[in-house]
Amino acid sequence: MSLALRLAWRDLRGGLRGFRIFLACLALGVAVIAAIGSVRASIEGGLSREGAALLGGDAEMEFTYRYADDTEKAWMAERALEVSEVVVFRSMAVVGDERGLTQVKAIDNAYPLVGEIRLEPEIPLDQALAGQNGLPGAVMDRVLSDRLGLQPGQTFKLGVQEFHLSALITIETDGAADGFALGPRTMVRTPDLADSGLLGPGSLFSTKYRMDLPDDADLEAMSQAARDQFESTGMRWTDARNGAPGISEFVARLGAFLVLVGLSGLAVGGVGVSAAVRAYLATKTETIATLRTLGAESRTIFRVYFLQIGILALVGIGIGLLLGGIGPVLIGPLIAAQLPFPAVFSVYPSALFEAALYGALTAFLFTLWPLARAERIRPASLFRDAISGRTRLPAPRYLLATIVALAVLIGSAAWFSGSAELTLWTAGGLAGALILLSGAAVLIRFIAARGNKISRGRPVLRWALAAISTARDGATPVVLSLGLGLSVIAAIGQIDGNMRLAISGNLPDVAPSYFFVDIQRDQMDGFRERLDTDPAVSKVESAPMLRGVITKINGESAQEVAGDHWVIEGDRGLTYAAAKPQNTKITAGEWWPEDYTGAPQISFSAEEAEELGLSLGDTLTVNILGRDIDATITSFRDVDFSTAGMGFVLTLNEHALAAAPHSYIATVYAEPQAEAAILRDLANRFPNITAIRVRDAIDRVSEILEALASATAYGAAATLLTGFLVLLGTAAAAEPARRYEAALLKTLGASRAHILRSFALRSAILGGGAGLVALIAGITGAWAVSYFVFETDYQVIWTNALAIITGGVLSTLLAGLFFAWRPLAARPARILRARE
Amino acid sequence: MTHTQDTPILSLKDACLSLNGNTGRVDILHDITLDVHRGESVGMIGPSGSGKSSLLMVMGGLEQATGGKVTALGQDLTAMNEDGLARFRRNHMSVVFQSFHLIPTMTALENVATPLELAGEKDAFDRAQAELEAVGLGHRSGHFPAQLSGGEQQRVALARAAAPRPDILLADEPTGNLDGNTGAAIMDLLFDLRSRHGSTLIMVTHAPELAERCDRVIRLRDGRLDQESARQEAAE
Repeated sequence: MSLALRLAWRDLRGGLRGFRIFLACLALGVAVIAAIGSVRASIEGGLSREGAALLGGDAEMEFTYRYADDTEKAWMAERALEVSEVVVFRSMAVVGDERGLTQVKAIDNAYPLVGEIRLEPEIPLDQALAGQNGLPGAVMDRVLSDRLGLQPGQTFKLGVQEFHLSALITIETDGAADGFALGPRTMVRTPDLADSGLLGPGSLFSTKYRMDLPDDADLEAMSQAARDQFESTGMRWTDARNGAPGISEFVARLGAFLVLVGLSGLAVGGVGVSAAVRAYLATKTETIATLRTLGAESRTIFRVYFLQIGILALVGIGIGLLLGGIGPVLIGPLIAAQLPFPAVFSVYPSALFEAALYGALTAFLFTLWPLARAERIRPASLFRDAISGRTRLPAPRYLLATIVALAVLIGSAAWFSGSAELTLWTAGGLAGALILLSGAAVLIRFIAARGNKISRGRPVLRWALAAISTARDGATPVVLSLGLGLSVIAAIGQIDGNMRLAISGNLPDVAPSYFFVDIQRDQMDGFRERLDTDPAVSKVESAPMLRGVITKINGESAQEVAGDHWVIEGDRGLTYAAAKPQNTKITAGEWWPEDYTGAPQISFSAEEAEELGLSLGDTLTVNILGRDIDATITSFRDVDFSTAGMGFVLTLNEHALAAAPHSYIATVYAEPQAEAAILRDLANRFPNITAIRVRDAIDRVSEILEALASATAYGAAATLLTGFLVLLGTAAAAEPARRYEAALLKTLGASRAHILRSFALRSAILGGGAGLVALIAGITGAWAVSYFVFETDYQVIWTNALAIITGGVLSTLLAGLFFAWRPLAARPARILRARE
Repeated sequence: MTHTQDTPILSLKDACLSLNGNTGRVDILHDITLDVHRGESVGMIGPSGSGKSSLLMVMGGLEQATGGKVTALGQDLTAMNEDGLARFRRNHMSVVFQSFHLIPTMTALENVATPLELAGEKDAFDRAQAELEAVGLGHRSGHFPAQLSGGEQQRVALARAAAPRPDILLADEPTGNLDGNTGAAIMDLLFDLRSRHGSTLIMVTHAPELAERCDRVIRLRDGRLDQESARQEAAE
């Protein structure tokens, strides 16, 4: 055993009493991150294991707006044991005057190839869809039947076709993979829609061809072959390796975000870790000075205490991994019951490794400087309270190690989260908050030190200010830990509040009441007529609507040129126009002449064009209904997506698309009381038209945001708990000093009420200060995220702000008063004699 | 530099010490010039605050002189950094404190062995045990400082100081925290150890009778050698 290890081991015999908060902070921070990572890995494991069931087949080819052609069908038939065709579209389910938006899934006899559909009453799907009394059968989600007041055995309409509702869907294993859906499910047989008037030319629908493949099928090779042959026709491939890519991506992103929230908690814990190490090393000053007197070099001192702290950090990380790794396994069944998709709860080493790495790096970063200062303790400290150079920066090697560790921490977080931008924002925010809080701590002490004048004649206030102005009561760790915890909570609260305001508060003022889709060209006149004559309707906008995939940019694969930009991913709605629409602002280039019939031209959204690196004159290949159209960008224009109104990234000249089968989309701005009548009239007259109430869509988005906010709140709560732990640690560390102070003050004639008020006052001042600074940091951070990331307006959510300051005051009061009891109860003689 | 019998083992030339405190700069030692020869024992006395302990610490490199020059065994202590001074003490010097300064988490044996371990001695524990036997505490080697009386703790501290066989032994009021009888026993032990190892002893004390046991006595007042001591130094 090396000398440093021997000395470290001997020194640890002194006990770990001062390290309870150190261990708790580190363990809690690591546990939160390990738990988040484990739940994420569990869901990803479940999605991976149940990939085929989620997808409804081993592989799927999806087309928008069309069925597979003969070549595509032959390709699938050649490789699959069986193929099932599913058609998905939105429509209105109608019962009398009641209408409900629904996501219709039209299936064939082969469905489901993999997975299961369970119904209530428990009858086979075939039987349910066979129908009764000459009417075809249908099944639907309970949410929809409740909304329509419909019971199994009753009838409803899709378009003009009446259906017999045979049963309600309780389990649809391939339903979760659809991701965000505005309407609940209705399931019917495809042939039964033949006379519904739905799925007419230009209707918005997609077809999914699920394949049951031989056991030895090479999914990678098959996926590549399908992409090579059909991707340019707008085909999208999914297979059982990742049966629900939307969910996988969502879970991965949410997990990454929550890990960053967890890292913020770890940073708060780091402040506690640092304070604990400082306090511990302060008790070791005499030992260190003695070792120096006996001839120990600085590196020996550093090694001795680095080893001790390292061993303790490993213990803390180990406890955290145990809690965070096993916790999700133990409560797995409870979590699984809340999830709409499968999860395999187990111990995931990769998640634990990530948490352990963050824990180790955080412990290293927050203990290195106190350790580096320990080696500067001079032998003269034995007879003189002289630790010169206490405030000097550590030696360059430690500064370098700090920079390297910080870079590794940020690099790891960026790599694991997959978002360097979000990681840098988080790191920048934390660093900014720490700097601000450190400055605030100095300022609070400075002001307290100069509060003599106002505290004259007010002994209680003077004692409080005197205690704060010296380092004894730990103003810095209190302001740092509590302030950082509250900053994170404040920032999250402000961001969340502003996002809710943006979506549910401000939007309805400018958003339309309804979106209508699938309006046939010959229905447009009647549609406009009903609305134009209604005084309650303030505005109607309509446009032809097609969907297409940008497959190439200047002849090269669009994905290779533009990466994973959302405009390139999947199919996009696009339109055409002869004349420049009103209020359209061209930012570059020129709109085509109204009678233009030449080669196809595109007017592209300016902001997205800039993100994609497009220039005027670039050629885009857009696949619409399986046909490639090469068009040249001749203008850029401003498109505002924030109003939930009509906005198309791509507008082509009329001649390029008018001949393609398509429908129209319309937005209607009407007074709320007129909405029901408009919907009833239009739906009665045009049963094939689907109406999407914007308020319902906003509510759906709000629900998802609420779930996100809840998940974030749990992470943030762990951060605050860590902050509170640090606070308790600081209060506990200050207890001996308070005991002595109370004994002295009692000797001088102070009552316990006096002393208690003074203790409470100093806690409240520090807590209030921390809360105030946290509020400034939180508001600044939230403003930056709103302004730069979400590009939305920002306003302070004052209820949240006041809660933060109150929380700050209350938590420090609670922690301070908890540790005030013993000093108040102690007898002065015993304390003072012990001091001598 | 070659070190001969005539060359002082410890030499101070116009040594000064000033410290920056909260209330500003404080001058503690002023222009101390002093030579101590090998094997000599020097007693240092003076009133409280006269700078005795500070001078001792400057001699041991525990405190860096802020002016003048301090030379020990021919090496300039004022030119060394903290680690250089630690290595120098490890090889040539030991210090005995009034407050013992034993490491509370180490047993008596481990406390005595520590300087030997730091010097890389393979037989550190055997030698430490022998030193403990020499101060009459062989049977208490496994005890922690808190389990020992003040006198026993100081004997452990003496054993720790003697174990590396130092050229220079510095003692800062070694009996200051002990009662008369215990203090006398410790003094006997200190002089016995010094004579066994042939170390040069420099001892700070409040008690003139203890200082008188040394070969030479120097007096400090207000951070300066008093005139008689200074004259003697100049004459030598």
